[in-house]
Amino acid sequence: MNKILKNTLQVLFVGLVLLLLYLPILLLAVYSFDKTDMIGRFEGFSLAHYAELFSNTKVLGMIGNTLLLAFLAAVLSTILGTLGAIGMFYCKKRIKTFLHGISQIPVINAEIVTALALSVTFVAVNLPKSYFSLLIGHMVICTPFVVLSVMPKLKQMDNSLYEAALDLGASPAKALRKIVLPQIIPGVISGFMLAVTLSLDDYIVTMYTRPTGFETISTYVYNATTKGNAHTAVTLSSFWALTTIIFVVIILFVVISNLSSVRKKEADR
Amino acid sequence: MKFPRFTRKTLCIPYAVFLVFFVIIPMLVIFFYAFTDKNMNISLSNFILFFSDPTKISTIVYSLVIALITTVCCLLIAYPVAYILARSKMKKKFVILMLFVLPMWINFVLRVNAIRELFNLIASLDGMEWLASANYFKTVFGMVYDFLPFMILPLYTTMLKIDNSLYEASADLGAGGTTTFLRVTLPLSMPGIMSGITMVFLPSMTNYVVSDMLGNAKVTIIGKFIYDYFGSDWHMGSMVALVLLIVVFVSTWLSGGFQSEENVRGANL
Repeated sequence: MNKILKNTLQVLFVGLVLLLLYLPILLLAVYSFDKTDMIGRFEGFSLAHYAELFSNTKVLGMIGNTLLLAFLAAVLSTILGTLGAIGMFYCKKRIKTFLHGISQIPVINAEIVTALALSVTFVAVNLPKSYFSLLIGHMVICTPFVVLSVMPKLKQMDNSLYEAALDLGASPAKALRKIVLPQIIPGVISGFMLAVTLSLDDYIVTMYTRPTGFETISTYVYNATTKGNAHTAVTLSSFWALTTIIFVVIILFVVISNLSSVRKKEADR
Repeated sequence: MKFPRFTRKTLCIPYAVFLVFFVIIPMLVIFFYAFTDKNMNISLSNFILFFSDPTKISTIVYSLVIALITTVCCLLIAYPVAYILARSKMKKKFVILMLFVLPMWINFVLRVNAIRELFNLIASLDGMEWLASANYFKTVFGMVYDFLPFMILPLYTTMLKIDNSLYEASADLGAGGTTTFLRVTLPLSMPGIMSGITMVFLPSMTNYVVSDMLGNAKVTIIGKFIYDYFGSDWHMGSMVALVLLIVVFVSTWLSGGFQSEENVRGANL
């Protein structure tokens, strides 16, 4: 009896925390289909908020900006970080420790400090804020995480395979491509995914390194909610629709990737 | 054998150059600006001016208290959740963990906006009007909501590593539930607790997006100082950034270094 009670309490607690975690998002999801801009009373089903979202070129532009920036930053960070991790792994211990330590700075540092430091440096060397500075800013916060996810895979790797490939006549470049890369690819992929999410999520670094007039979802929504409706071309309620769409996309992504991994496991059997 | 080793090491050169230009140099620039006045003369005036201002000091204290309450709340919610998930024999516990991480993939600002809308709704109900002006409460709630996964993940990964036979041994030797928790679970999950604390405490001191959007711009945290100075006085801004930098390094050093395995941000799942 005691055990059943304990189990029920545990399930209840976890469920309650989850409910709280999802309540705001579900609330927006429900009212994104409402006719009016008021949360609290459902006036009738309508896709007006979605129509508004998709008919506004400014909003579509900032969504495009966000996605393109995240993609570019993630690709560049993944290349830089993967090469960096491989290089660092084979460096002498001292250099390795030093580089690894420097690489950790953006990870443990407050984002605002990274952002300010970059911004002040760009101005100090007379480099105007541009897409370049923005991209660099995002790479600074993304690349260390790529290194962090590739490093463990390098440690797990069987080093003798690389040596064997060289002995059998492969060039170092070919051995890297054919032997090292396939073994660390899970780390590279998770590093890439991490970079995408970090870039998509970022507000502070974007704010300090972006060129004037460049908006991402984060900067746009932040300005719209803190500076009032007058600041934006759309009503705040179209962001409910945006939140819902992103939420659905994420759920679909998770479900599909889980299903495909289950299928793969079954195929392996 | 000399040539191939040389090639692998050289792969880290681009990343090393990147780190020098966009991590080391910006930190040095911050350092330089922090110790100079507006005429570029070396001075300590920034520190003296800032720390002799009682309103600044009281804001720092407020900010620290907010961060502390946020961290404690996160720990109190996350610890049982992580414990239940790690110890349970549920087949689908991975899915439940996933549910905790999932909201993190929605854009941060949109998530904060969702809580804002939820608060607006609750404040419009009869008897709940007080919530509209409860800026500190809303800020802390929002921060707990947003940073909770950062606490759950490291706790879960460390607790998962605790060998089940330790619990059995503890029970065999006659220890009760409380003793086992205090002598086995708590000490062994300490690395996770430390890493969770650093991952929650720092953003709640510096991430002003939450306090701005939920606190009606009435709640100022340390990170906001940098933003305020950014437009007007870089020397003061750099000084605050440098202080934050030092706080980060001291706390990282105190918590026994940075645990990269525990810091996953959800992507390594």
